[in-house]
Amino acid sequence: MHTSEFRPLDVEGIRKDFPIFATELPLAFLDNAASTQTPRPVVDAMDAYYDTYRSNIHRGIYRISEEATEQYERAREKVAELINAPRSRQIIFTRNTTESINLVAYSWGTANIREGDEIVLTVMEHHSNLVPWQLLAQRTGAVLRFLEITDEGLLDFTQFRDLLTEKTKLVAMGHVSNVLGTINPIQSVIDAAHAVGAKVVVDAAQSVPHFHVDVQQLDCDFLAFSGHKMCGPTGIGVLYGKMELLEEMPPFLGGGSMIRSVERDVSSYAELPAKFEAGTPSIAEAIGLGHAVDYITQANLAAIHVHEQELLKYAHQRLKEIEGITLYGPSAPHQKMGVISFNLEGIHPHDVAGILDTHGVAIRAGHHCAQPLMKRLDVIATARASFYLYNTIEDVDRLYEGLCRTQKLMTRRKQ
Amino acid sequence: MNIYQEELLDHYENPSNYGTLPNPDISHEEDNPLCGDQIRIDLLVEDDRIKEVRFCGHGCTISLAAASMLTEEIEGKSLDEVKQLSKDDILDMIGIPLGPVRLKCALLALKVLKAGAYGINCWPGEEDE
Repeated sequence: MHTSEFRPLDVEGIRKDFPIFATELPLAFLDNAASTQTPRPVVDAMDAYYDTYRSNIHRGIYRISEEATEQYERAREKVAELINAPRSRQIIFTRNTTESINLVAYSWGTANIREGDEIVLTVMEHHSNLVPWQLLAQRTGAVLRFLEITDEGLLDFTQFRDLLTEKTKLVAMGHVSNVLGTINPIQSVIDAAHAVGAKVVVDAAQSVPHFHVDVQQLDCDFLAFSGHKMCGPTGIGVLYGKMELLEEMPPFLGGGSMIRSVERDVSSYAELPAKFEAGTPSIAEAIGLGHAVDYITQANLAAIHVHEQELLKYAHQRLKEIEGITLYGPSAPHQKMGVISFNLEGIHPHDVAGILDTHGVAIRAGHHCAQPLMKRLDVIATARASFYLYNTIEDVDRLYEGLCRTQKLMTRRKQ
Repeated sequence: MNIYQEELLDHYENPSNYGTLPNPDISHEEDNPLCGDQIRIDLLVEDDRIKEVRFCGHGCTISLAAASMLTEEIEGKSLDEVKQLSKDDILDMIGIPLGPVRLKCALLALKVLKAGAYGINCWPGEEDE
């Protein structure tokens, strides 16, 4: 793990790497759970590909194609290192977390899930870790079971033990909730699931960008995340899988690159990871992701986590001062990541976000692709602020002031 | 320009024709899957004219203000006239420029109206020419 001495984040220096913060208009960018900003080194790496060695990978017998192949595969190694995957071949590049989870649902799911089998999910899942399993259940006759949450937004672990039976074939769970910020006890979940012989898919879209995740330590069967939530570009995501599972699984998409030999009626398939990377992949984006991994690793994930916790604590404290605010999720900051969902009494979250925008504060408002959770919380939508390494105390203050002004504007004539 | 200008806020805080009708000739409800806003419109139609209109639902300032303005606009008009109402008419009523996301908020009421009255199910402005 991290043996080097702990250094706090140089936030001022970090912000200089992000041209978007250098513009005239102030921008408190607090929508990082949706997508983060891109630092210069990542954009430069992608530019270098386009400017100096743009070509397709893997089959070109010329210098720049070899360079592109090397850089693409180097990115895979960096990602493998980041999550401590035993081999880089266990890293499959996809478009995003959603595609990674769909890959598992279609390939592993269709081959292994039968009628009456049970898939355990939680009520706080992002649609990307829900709808693929609904589709799988519809195809196979499997049954979805849902783990509830407490009013604090924590998983009910006692219920989890009751849900697990010999019928449970799969547990699919977000590591960190994109709405509540709740850090789920994923290690205990994986251990308990394995005890009944179930496989575990971890949606790590909200965890890998923010703290060190070790797939060997967790012993998860699959883990998925996206490049664009960790300073990387859009259009590149990752699926990690255990070697024996990935090897047994049938292909997901068919086409070029994923074959060994093709005859008229039948083909044999390439080795990992090519078997799951049909067609020309997102080459520049993979290279960009590799450099994003470098960027957050150099900044130090432990320091990023500490920084976000400080922002979270401060934001909790400030926002609680506002009369008529409801905060959702765990109240103890150590149980959650830098995500705060809230509502101002009597004001639609869209209006909150719209007015904050006019004050240079970017937050998200809506159902956050988690409609079952909105139902559980008994709200139509929430406003959500989420932090990353470049956010500052001033960003939180700007949010606070914006919220006060929102209230003033929207309730000015109400008694 | 600030999208939270006075006129919109007036409509939001004191919407016209808010409520439901006991025996509507037409009643239709839809939501905007992007944000969960929901609007229902009830119409009383006599001799192909809209005699009475009510709307209800929940949503942001833009969607509710647009619904309020739309109901004022259509009361007393013939179904043929109302059918001609377009995306641009709504934008004129609102009087401020809107980005693509908030545009849907503004157009939800018109979409509900057209789906209920004429079975037109697409978003205003996205009709096939």
